[in-house]
Amino acid sequence: MTHLTLLAIGTRKGLWLATSRDDRATWRFTGPHRPVDSVYAVAIDTRRRPARLLAGFANEHFGPVVATSDDLGETWAEPDHRALAFPEGTDAAVARVWQLAPASAAEPDVVYAGTEPTALFRSEDGGWSYELVRGLWDHPHRGDWTPGGGGMALHTVLPHPTDPRRVTVAMSTGGVYRTEDGGGTWQASNTGIRAPFLPDEYPEYGQCVHKVARHPALADRLFLQNHPGVYRSDDGGASWRSIADALPSDFGFPVVVHPHRRDVVYAFPLVADLRRFPPDGNCRVYRSEDAGETWTPLAHGLPQGRFWSAVLRDAMCVDDAEPAGVYFGSRSGEVYASRDEGESWRRIAEHLPDVLCVRAATVGE
Amino acid sequence: MRVVVVLSGVLRPSADGAARLEVDAADGATLDAVLDQLAARHPALDRRLRDERGDLRRYVNFYLDGEECRRLDGAATRLAEGAEIQIIPSVAGG
Repeated sequence: MTHLTLLAIGTRKGLWLATSRDDRATWRFTGPHRPVDSVYAVAIDTRRRPARLLAGFANEHFGPVVATSDDLGETWAEPDHRALAFPEGTDAAVARVWQLAPASAAEPDVVYAGTEPTALFRSEDGGWSYELVRGLWDHPHRGDWTPGGGGMALHTVLPHPTDPRRVTVAMSTGGVYRTEDGGGTWQASNTGIRAPFLPDEYPEYGQCVHKVARHPALADRLFLQNHPGVYRSDDGGASWRSIADALPSDFGFPVVVHPHRRDVVYAFPLVADLRRFPPDGNCRVYRSEDAGETWTPLAHGLPQGRFWSAVLRDAMCVDDAEPAGVYFGSRSGEVYASRDEGESWRRIAEHLPDVLCVRAATVGE
Repeated sequence: MRVVVVLSGVLRPSADGAARLEVDAADGATLDAVLDQLAARHPALDRRLRDERGDLRRYVNFYLDGEECRRLDGAATRLAEGAEIQIIPSVAGG
């Protein structure tokens, strides 16, 4: 059976879409869609058929909006009114959307959005209109959250795969927070995560967490790329321990979990926060097959000794096919794809603007 | 009183294609009040001009009879009968 795979590539100047009908051997590209806008967040909602594409477009002049497409990007729809906005009395305005996360199948119309400034919004109509999650906005820690290098944003939203009351978010800076009551109350969940830029290196909150990922079949195990450090939690985020020892460096942005094999996780190490390129200019994805105890560099087909670029926090993803496809985009506008779980890679796009996010999924036969 | 709003090309799709909009406003109305009236007619235009606090977007310029409103009283600038408001995106981006 031939599957249709969609790869969405958000960049600093527009969105590109690629589709493959031959098991990801070749790709057909369209784009740029909305070439003036930066696209920090894109999601493919496969709970719906046809799949819904959601993208957070931010226009330097005219502000942000979330647009949706139910025909794989042929046409886009967006609300006339401010459908994702802070309510009166908050004295805040959405600068851009950093994350769009469809919830579990138990809530088929719920989509979460993480924004700059740091806030979580929830949609109950499939991503058309949103309401601020007040419990997090009113959190007493909020005044202490400060901007990271990319801004002050909530960039990671992990709805629990089966329990709609439980959501995990991450922000830079601030760290990881969890709710177990549907967003009413939130607990900082950073025990064991280092913050070397603070006087207390292990604070309750304030860490610069870059990304968190989980396998849906193992909800209590989370993987985290920190600034710096790579961590794993086996208790739903209550505590964390380092899994960075076998990596060449512990700095980086993305961390991605295999769609089917719960022990398999991918990272893209960079030298350090002040040297944001991979060690020795070697473009290498690192894969662990034992939940972070050991790591293997994957370089076949990737440029070695001449890659002085970086992969941003949402610019790596997997699809849901078998074997899994793995994808990443660089700040230098290249997109690499593997259709054999990272064993070999092929550059499928180049000369794009800085790649900010990628998402891929099987969207039809 | 009546004032006229002139939209640059990039904004017209958000106002049903109109290049020029006439607004009946109270005597001495502010720019903000005129934009409020426009918002009721064209919400898609309004969210491109102002954020949800009502603040004018930083890279959109509002010329009131040729003078950029930020050199006057900003959104609180009072308008006279027949005033023309030209709305033009500023030089920005990269």
